[in-house]
Amino acid sequence: MIEFLSSPWPWFIAGPLIGLMVPLLLLLGNKTFGISANLRHACAILLPENAKPGFFRYDWRKEKWNLMFAGGLILGGLLAGLIFANPEPTRLSAGAIRSLQELGMGLNPGLIPSELLDLSRPVVWLILSLSGLLVGFGTRYGGGCTSGHAITGLSTLQFPSLVATVSFFAGGILSANFLLPLLLK
Amino acid sequence: MISSTPTRTEPQALSSTLSLLAYLLAGTFFGVVLVKSEAASWYRIQEMFRFQSFHMYGLIGSAVLTGMLTTWLLRRFQARSLDGQAIKVQSKDPGLPRYVLGGLTFGVGWGLAGVCPGPIFTLLGSGIWAMLIVLLFALIGTWLYGVVQDRLPH
Repeated sequence: MIEFLSSPWPWFIAGPLIGLMVPLLLLLGNKTFGISANLRHACAILLPENAKPGFFRYDWRKEKWNLMFAGGLILGGLLAGLIFANPEPTRLSAGAIRSLQELGMGLNPGLIPSELLDLSRPVVWLILSLSGLLVGFGTRYGGGCTSGHAITGLSTLQFPSLVATVSFFAGGILSANFLLPLLLK
Repeated sequence: MISSTPTRTEPQALSSTLSLLAYLLAGTFFGVVLVKSEAASWYRIQEMFRFQSFHMYGLIGSAVLTGMLTTWLLRRFQARSLDGQAIKVQSKDPGLPRYVLGGLTFGVGWGLAGVCPGPIFTLLGSGIWAMLIVLLFALIGTWLYGVVQDRLPH
């Protein structure tokens, strides 16, 4: 039983479940599935009124549903990633394992190598903060992230989302293949 | 007459609390799927961006196909949401530079720590406290966009 609860799901089970989030949120209350907008709502809540750019002046209370959704993401992580955590490392392809070695990263159980969480290394601070900065800036500039554009936007045949998704991948390919190896050298 | 006001607002307040709970549950479910599918795994994201496995492509591809089919069905049968509204998918704003430049920026960030916004929250929940650094800087990045928004091509 524990083994069933803690083992990962194949893509052909998990993929359709991800896709079902789009109609689920539409049916619950005509909501558009998208997570990065929560970063904007958090800024709208946290920034002091007199130092608020116009971009954050709106009624975030109408978006409480999305903040609740983000709260749920934390609970889901607690359930699946901590309580019923997979004790085995990710079953990577042989090529990916070779690349890990070249990067000096180990393949440990869990979702991220322990080397990338070692806060005694300055480069880890650099990677985590730069990554966060670019994700926050880029998702707002581009008007969405993987959920809003790649899943929702492509599902509903929206051209801007296709452009955004192709651009995410171009950026990710560049950074995983060139920038990250450079930083870790 | 005076007492009619609270009795009228009470069911409404209750239903909005209930619906917020529904979104919390939906988020919890999605968080579980992000872990179970390993979409929240740094390893899988690196593997995807290096074209070393089909896993993530199968995952995203089947998610999009499912989303397409189900939203088509909702439209075809003119479904209504639980609160009785006609289902309406919001259109993305027109424009091109913002999607290319914003998308590239986000992609570069995604390829480094291997997290898009959903997994930032999910990994935090699974006890990876270093994600607080990513979250803090994601908020700074979001704020920065709000500051320079008017000076950027959209």
